[in-house]
Amino acid sequence: MLELTTTRHNPLVDPSLHVWGWEIPVYLFVGGIVAGMMIIAGIAMLRLAKGEDPRGFFSVQTPLLGFMLLNVGMLALLLDLAHKLYVWAVYLTLEPLSPMSWGSWVLLVVYGVLLVSALIRLPDAWPWLGARVPALARVSDWLLARPALIRALAWVNIVLGVMLGVYTGILLNTMVARPLWNTTILPVLFLVSGLSAAAAMMHLATRIFPGRPAPKGLVGGALAAMVQNLGPQPPEKRTGDALVRADIGFLAVELLLIGILVIGLLSSTASHAAAAELVLGGPYTLVFWGGVVAVGILVPLVLQWLELGHRIPHTVLPAVLVLAGGFALRWVMVNAGQASQIVQAAGLH
Amino acid sequence: MARLGMVIDTRKCVGCMDCVVACQTENDVPHGYCRDWITTEVRGTFPNLTMEIRSERCNHCDNPPCVYCCPTGASHVEPLGKTVQVTSNRCIGCKACLAACPYGARFVNPKGYADKCTFCLHRVKEGKDPACVSVCPTHCMHFGDLDDPKSAVSVLLATRTWHTLLPEAGTRPRVFYLT
Repeated sequence: MLELTTTRHNPLVDPSLHVWGWEIPVYLFVGGIVAGMMIIAGIAMLRLAKGEDPRGFFSVQTPLLGFMLLNVGMLALLLDLAHKLYVWAVYLTLEPLSPMSWGSWVLLVVYGVLLVSALIRLPDAWPWLGARVPALARVSDWLLARPALIRALAWVNIVLGVMLGVYTGILLNTMVARPLWNTTILPVLFLVSGLSAAAAMMHLATRIFPGRPAPKGLVGGALAAMVQNLGPQPPEKRTGDALVRADIGFLAVELLLIGILVIGLLSSTASHAAAAELVLGGPYTLVFWGGVVAVGILVPLVLQWLELGHRIPHTVLPAVLVLAGGFALRWVMVNAGQASQIVQAAGLH
Repeated sequence: MARLGMVIDTRKCVGCMDCVVACQTENDVPHGYCRDWITTEVRGTFPNLTMEIRSERCNHCDNPPCVYCCPTGASHVEPLGKTVQVTSNRCIGCKACLAACPYGARFVNPKGYADKCTFCLHRVKEGKDPACVSVCPTHCMHFGDLDDPKSAVSVLLATRTWHTLLPEAGTRPRVFYLT
């Protein structure tokens, strides 16, 4: 028997052991979506560089929507900081051993790249702005006339998307004190989950204003610029089907990674096995298996498969479920991770 | 350059918490928080029980995860005594160091920055022991340079049996407990 009594730091009563609340799961979720959207947009931009119709959805609206989503994530991140007025200190240094440090620099570059990517079709996507700032149309034409530049921008999007997608997982992964996070699967899982949530988000976005005419004003136009297709209405079927097909792949890989994650933890040290117990009978079991795996992966996987086979009509339900599951994954990992701790080797026998 | 460490004799410690109060007073620790605390560990099966009372705090690890994860360099290894310190006006309050510490040694000061034991560096500079060491009524705590083989702490570690907390974390803590 091993009994510990302490005047503080009892994990059941000491709030300092639970350091991250709702803000970090929200940021990880939104950051993951933006990362996925950058990768998907990058692939679409490669097709754009090859001469595909520039009115296509992905490369035009995705950076704008990503830009707005990233603002939501950054707001959550700022709300989490306890010493908010000192946030600038992040950009006075680059700490190579701290994923949070280089992640912060990646975020800064991501903002710039999203803006430049949005410029490719911004005046067309948001006519209100295009009419008032004629220079935007010239920038847009200049970019479109240079396939090599668009190709380079596409690759920058893809590389930055991968970096943004994995850095949060590496950040948690480096914390030796939290065994649930000590798995190299985590960055890959976050990346694939981000890709799947991104496909779902883009699918959902195409359905918000299903047809033209788009709102032309300042606010309505801005909103439409983020979510509405410029090309044929409704969007070409292959575009939607491609998103659904990609999402099926992402969800299947995600399922595999979750399996490897659990097996990896169970077959590792006592601390890691104890961490796995948090989702295998512990307090996070229902959210993990019910929310993340069943509602977030299995149900949308089956629904989308049936949709592609024309057995049921296309709806936004799978996309909504995938997004809910993506958030649940971040929520479980952040909360259960903080609840996991190193098991004293000397206390085992 | 010194490598400061602490050696605590668990055979003498009675868990009076004088060290806790001394630290709170010396360092003006906000009400409800503490930089050191007492842990009582009971092992065995009745009637064969052993008990160890420990005064615990930041271990000023040789391999400090809280320093590596810090995005601003606020958490750093101070050249003086190679102790782990926090520069409060560089700390953004991201709490990564709280999550990274296996000992739960850190907390967020109500002013917003990460806070923890400093080994009373301000006293060390004046040639004094940390507050907790200086007040201990059983003289169970010792403080000094671990790199100096003649220091009291080095002699104790060379002549007595000891353990550190969670050595399996690989952090190489510098608070040692004599058994």
